[in-house]
Amino acid sequence: MISAPFDYVRANTLDEALALLAQNEDAKILAGGHSLIPAMKLRLAMPPLLVDIGRIKDLSYIREDHGQIQIGAMTTHYQIESSDLLKKICPLLPECAGHIGDVQVRNKGTIGGSVAHSDPSGDWPAAIIALNAELVAVSKNGERLVKADDFFVDLMTTALEAGEILREIRINKSNDRTGQAYAKMHHPASGFAVVGVAANLTLDRNGGCEKASIGITGVSSKAYRALAVESALTGSALDEQKIANAAAHAADGVDINGDLFASEDYRRHLAQVFTKRAIAAATERAG
Amino acid sequence: MAAKYVGKRIKRTEDPRLIKGLAHYVDDVRLPDTLHVAFVRSIYAHARITSIDVTEALKAPGVVAVYTGKDIATTVGPVPCAAALPDLKIPDYRVLATGKALFVGHPIAAVVATDRYLARDAADLISVDYEELPVAVDVEASAKGGPVIHEQFGSNIAYTLTSGEGDIEAALKSADHIVTQRMVHQRLAPVAMEGRGVLARYFPGEEELTLWSSTQIPHLMRTQVALMIGLPENKLRVITPEVGGGFGSKLNVYAEEALLAWISIQLGKPVKWIESRRENMQATIHGRAQVGTVEVGCKNDGTITGLRYNVVADLGAYHQLLTPAIPTLTGLMLSGAYRIPAIQMNVTGVFTNKMSTDAYRGAGRPEATYVVERAMDIVAAELKIDPVEVRRKNFPAKTEFPFHTATGLDYDSGDYEAALDKALNLSGYAKLRAEQAKARAAGKLIGIGMSSYVEICALGPSQAMPAGGWESATVRIEPTGTVTVLTGASPHGQGQETSFAQIAADELGVDLNAVTVIHGDTAIVQYGIGTFGSRATAVGGTAVLIAIQKLKEKAAKIAAHVLRCEASSLAFEGGRYSRPSAAAASAVSEPDVAVGEAPAGALPEPDTEGRSTLTIQEIALIAHIAKELPPDTEPGLSATYFFEPKNFTFPFGTHICVVEIDKETGETKFLRYVAVDDCGKVINPLLVDGQIHGGIVQAIGQALYEEVVYDEQGQLVTGELMDYALPKASQMPWFELDRTETPSPVNPLGVKGVGEAGTIGATPAVVNAIVDALSPYGVKHLDMPARPEAVWKLITG
Repeated sequence: MISAPFDYVRANTLDEALALLAQNEDAKILAGGHSLIPAMKLRLAMPPLLVDIGRIKDLSYIREDHGQIQIGAMTTHYQIESSDLLKKICPLLPECAGHIGDVQVRNKGTIGGSVAHSDPSGDWPAAIIALNAELVAVSKNGERLVKADDFFVDLMTTALEAGEILREIRINKSNDRTGQAYAKMHHPASGFAVVGVAANLTLDRNGGCEKASIGITGVSSKAYRALAVESALTGSALDEQKIANAAAHAADGVDINGDLFASEDYRRHLAQVFTKRAIAAATERAG
Repeated sequence: MAAKYVGKRIKRTEDPRLIKGLAHYVDDVRLPDTLHVAFVRSIYAHARITSIDVTEALKAPGVVAVYTGKDIATTVGPVPCAAALPDLKIPDYRVLATGKALFVGHPIAAVVATDRYLARDAADLISVDYEELPVAVDVEASAKGGPVIHEQFGSNIAYTLTSGEGDIEAALKSADHIVTQRMVHQRLAPVAMEGRGVLARYFPGEEELTLWSSTQIPHLMRTQVALMIGLPENKLRVITPEVGGGFGSKLNVYAEEALLAWISIQLGKPVKWIESRRENMQATIHGRAQVGTVEVGCKNDGTITGLRYNVVADLGAYHQLLTPAIPTLTGLMLSGAYRIPAIQMNVTGVFTNKMSTDAYRGAGRPEATYVVERAMDIVAAELKIDPVEVRRKNFPAKTEFPFHTATGLDYDSGDYEAALDKALNLSGYAKLRAEQAKARAAGKLIGIGMSSYVEICALGPSQAMPAGGWESATVRIEPTGTVTVLTGASPHGQGQETSFAQIAADELGVDLNAVTVIHGDTAIVQYGIGTFGSRATAVGGTAVLIAIQKLKEKAAKIAAHVLRCEASSLAFEGGRYSRPSAAAASAVSEPDVAVGEAPAGALPEPDTEGRSTLTIQEIALIAHIAKELPPDTEPGLSATYFFEPKNFTFPFGTHICVVEIDKETGETKFLRYVAVDDCGKVINPLLVDGQIHGGIVQAIGQALYEEVVYDEQGQLVTGELMDYALPKASQMPWFELDRTETPSPVNPLGVKGVGEAGTIGATPAVVNAIVDALSPYGVKHLDMPARPEAVWKLITG
């Protein structure tokens, strides 16, 4: 469990980190190190240079600005899990954070590192999609905004381009008829999501479903939006049957992973079960 | 013995150093000029090694040497197997692969470099050419035919053995019912928190070698490694520093241990290897791995008439120290807690292209207990009798002990019904069944499972062991009154430094803090066997007790001489010998020379003039100054005893477990876990609870989570803790523990042993509960681990 040799630079500013990235094509950004370091120790990843952004000021924050929630990329899972502000205005994030790894992982691991890693079983991507977040990518040439739906490209692949760093995650505040929930089956060994479903629902004034946003992780090579579930939910009152019918579409049109712990068939079934559970919980919280 | 400490919940004296990070494991031993070893290991399960090119590695920075099979083929002896079975096939297991690689992780080359990073980098520069060979992975298929691993044997069968007593055919014929069930005991990885580690230091001038190793058996290792590398045994010193768990995986002599010793001699420098977790998963022994079919005959009233178990045991590619012997322990324990007139086990030991199996916590007994306890539930289901009643029906009564079993054992003592009843009361069994019926009616899947186990501990009489079943102790009282206990039963987390000190402090009437227990250094401690098979307290603790009794005989003689009376007239209480008339008055007084408070400089001469009492610590001083000894008395105050037990001990108990199955996902949730264990007399209830807790956790691991999986090519799928699911605290139920206490007549302490009870007793209780929960679906059995998907499939049909 000894990594291949690599160079290491601790960047003091974002500009310094971006300059190093621009000069070194194969360099990797080191955030909390809870995905990258294990991969390096197994020599699955052998980056020649690590650019540590852990000491850069102003990358770790949770704030509300004109109806928008802004979270710095280096904010730890624990900071999100324990944020009173988020518990009030975006409870999906603390709930999701509480499902990640264990206490040590949550104390060190960061939302930016996890999102940029795009592990197919990571928890955050499901929430990011369900919350319709926008991701701020910064490079030497300036900043750009990437929508959650465009961000997760494939297995461990995101829309971040060479030389870009994920700087911030932005989420529009929801109204008081919104309910959110994250339902997950933990892999007994890794703690990652065998299936993880984030539901974010807004009801209309009559209790019907005005908007439904469902992100699913663990099922396929990347987290995805369950469009068929969303459209089946939208526009009518949600009862048990309606929810179950909608959830049955959780894995429609998706290439499903199969492994030792969960075959393709079982995972499809779990996706439906956990989608149903997430929607039911979110509906109850919205009401 | 006045019990001031024995029987008390005394916190482990080992813990502060462990908690503070001040303990020393092998990797914490840092010697100047140490070289580091990294291994190239086979990436194939079965392959001919056609060439190994080490040229680039030798040129790499820091590399001092590279060794391959040809370097050791004639210089380092094979990895030893101590198991003795009739017609056992023993392959030549060299410390580096010679010719063929037989499992993924099989060491092929060792790189020695100036630091461990450079060694690891250079290992990547070694190029091995393989010619892949067909693999033998599935144990049942490999028993029947397919690729042969060791050509010289003509097949993959290492041995076949039939054991048991009674006429099994007649017994089954006399039954009203015969139930049959195939059961898989999946392969498990012991996963000690600290992996293996070796540091070897050769002193070229003295021609002596010191070997630090994370092992359970320092003395046996010394003997074996000395033989393997051709060093006189008295020139080899094995030191076992702190050991971070073993669970049987360090009850072995591994290739790496002998190889490191040999390399250190070649290079004249210290060499170190610390196992990575991936190496630990690949190349440290695995456990269990049996596939068998049990047949049980029973009468209509539930009386068991006979039991037959036909089993193939997956041995892996080679024999480690006890590999082929483990299934024989299964055969010994197939009577469980019951009177079964005829028992037969037919075992076939089979080579496969995998890591060797060997002793893992329980070592053959969990398999037996699982077979018997699952079978009892299957019988109960067949006869539609409550599982409690089937068990009760077949228990031997407490008056029938020693109880002879058809597996050839004599159970020492037991009251199985008492433990069962206590567990039933504690769990509220009748109420649980009523609640279950209600929950079922409401569509919930609630299951209640139980297991009434017996296990075999205190291994054991030397006649029944491959290399000695006794244990040793030396007890010394130093001139200043502190007590040193040297035990041959080197612990690896069990807490003997505390429990043996409790025994010694009570027997000597001294303060617990005055006792230090030393172990794990062959240059300091007399020969010993080691800690395994739940033997340390029953055998090693008894050795301590009897050594002290010997020591006290001498102390009494000295006391009588100084106090001018007959030794037989002396009273001994609270660490003090008193003349008859003084006994009452002195019982409460303090020692005159307090431990640790002796004046500096020359030893204080005790003033013995006119004394009517003497503490044993004062006697130690008198014995060392040696001016006032009786005639023909050796100076000093120490005694050594090698205790040979007459029999094994047989702890027992009943575990009851309640689970709820999630109908939609197949996940198992614990609602209750009740365990009533009887391990004989208890030295330290805190340590016993800890052993039970840990044991149940590992048992639940087997029932629900763990499995070493090799794919069809013999590749290890569960090579990391990301894939191999160890049980976690958050998944565990609250353990409701209680005890019964039936002393063992086998040793004067009355202890039986507790190190493996939880692992042995709990697994079938959990699986029985799951099967009970699924019984509305007609489910009669389910193989482990009970992964949610497997359960879900049974529910959905």
